[in-house]
Amino acid sequence: MARHHITTTVNGDIREVLVETTQSLLDVLRNELLLTGTKEGCGTGDCGACSVMLDGRLVCSCLVLGVEADGKEIDTIEGMAQGEELHPLQRNFLEHAALQCGICTPGFLIAARALLEKNPSPTETEVRFWLAGNLCRCTGYDKIVRAVMATAKELRETTHA
Amino acid sequence: MEDIRYEAPATVAAAVKLLAGAKGTAKVLAGGTDLLVQMRSDIVVPSLIVDIKKIADTGTIKKEKGGWRIGASVPCAVLGEQAALVRDWPGVVEAAELIGSTQVQGRATLAGNLCNASPAADSVPALIAAGATVAIAGPKGKRTAKAEEIAVGPGRTSLQKGEFVVSVFLPPRPKRASDAYLRFIPRTEMDIAVVGCGIALVLDKKGLIEDARVSLGAVAPTPLLVKEAAKAIVGTSLDAQALEALAAAASAACRPIDDKRGTKEFRIKVAGVLARRAAETAYERARAK
Repeated sequence: MARHHITTTVNGDIREVLVETTQSLLDVLRNELLLTGTKEGCGTGDCGACSVMLDGRLVCSCLVLGVEADGKEIDTIEGMAQGEELHPLQRNFLEHAALQCGICTPGFLIAARALLEKNPSPTETEVRFWLAGNLCRCTGYDKIVRAVMATAKELRETTHA
Repeated sequence: MEDIRYEAPATVAAAVKLLAGAKGTAKVLAGGTDLLVQMRSDIVVPSLIVDIKKIADTGTIKKEKGGWRIGASVPCAVLGEQAALVRDWPGVVEAAELIGSTQVQGRATLAGNLCNASPAADSVPALIAAGATVAIAGPKGKRTAKAEEIAVGPGRTSLQKGEFVVSVFLPPRPKRASDAYLRFIPRTEMDIAVVGCGIALVLDKKGLIEDARVSLGAVAPTPLLVKEAAKAIVGTSLDAQALEALAAAASAACRPIDDKRGTKEFRIKVAGVLARRAAETAYERARAK
C-alpha cells in the first residue's frame, strides 16, 4: 500500500504524517494524530459527526482523503476551547443541556461556529437549515438550536459592548 | 480498497496523460462527495485517483464574455458567496445549495454533480435550463459539450477515456432574464429529489416570454431538456392557460420509475406542479430585473 508523506496544520500546529491513499482525513486525525474528538458516525457524509474546518470551510472529514490535507489548515474540536476556557458555544451547549450521549456534539459545535462566523445573527430557520447535515438522535435538536441562538445573542452583545 | 495510486497533477495536460494512460478504473477527484462514498461501499474500485484541485483553472470562478466560467473543483458553497453570480443565475445557485448538507456543499462541485450522472442530481436540471456548456479536456484536445449531453444513463457519461471536465460555463444574461430551480423531497432538507425542475426565462419589454428553457430531473434515466414545455409558454405572459399547458407538457415528457421515493403517477403529476411553480418564480425574478 502506497504511503504519502504529508504536512498539514492542525489547530495551528504543523504536523507531519504518513498516510495511506485510502485513509480518510477522519482516519488520519483519529488514528495517526490521535485527535479523537472528531467522531465517526456514518462514514458517508450524512451525519456530520466528523465535521472539521478545511482551509476555513466546513466539511465532513470522512469525505476527504488524508492525502488531500497536504498543505492545508485543519481546525478540529480540540482547538475550540482556549486552555481551560470553553468557547461560548461549548458553554451554552452545557447550560442548555444540548447534548446527551455526546457523539454528535463536536460536529455540531464545529458546524455552529462556522455558521456564527459567517452569519452572526441567524434566524432559527437559518440555524436549522445550516445544521441539517448534523444528526442527533438524543436531543430532538431543540436544545441545540436554543444553545446556538443564545450564543449568537451573547456574541453580538459582547462585540457591541 | 487495495493499492490505489493517487496523483495530483498541476496541469490539465498532465491530468489527461494520467487518465488516458491508466490501466483499470481511473477516477477524477474534485469534491469527492460521491467518489469517496462509492469507494467505501466498493461500488467503485479505482486503480488511479487523479485529484484535479491543484490545476489552477479548476479552482476559480471568472467572468468570461459576459458569462461565468466556474472551475470543476469550485465547491458549491462558494457559488452563493458570489453576489453577482447569484444575481445572474439565482436558480443555478439555489440548486447547488440543495446538494446534500452544508458540509457536503463545502466540497461538492457542479462538474462532479454532472459527471456523477445521477438522474436526480439537483444542479443538473438548473444547468440544462441555463444553457450551460462544459469545457472538456482529453487526449484529442479540448472540446465543448452542452450540459444535457454529459449524462447518458444512470451513472454513465458521454466522456471518453482520458477526458475530464475542466469547467462549466454559464452564458451571459440579457435584461429581464432569470431562472429558478425547485425540487420535491419528502422532508425539508438533505434528501434526494423525487422530481426536480429548472426553468430559465427571458422576457421582452412587455413582459411576454421571449425565450424559455425547461429541464426536469428524476423523471427519466437522465435529466431532460423539455422543449415542448418551453414552447408552451414562449410568447405568453405566463397566464393561467400557459401555466396549464406548461404543466401538461412537463408531465407528458416524464418517463419515471417507481421506487421508494415516489410512484410513476406521483412523479408525473409533481413534474407538472413544479414546472408551474418554478416558472412563476423565474418569471417574477425576471420581471424584477
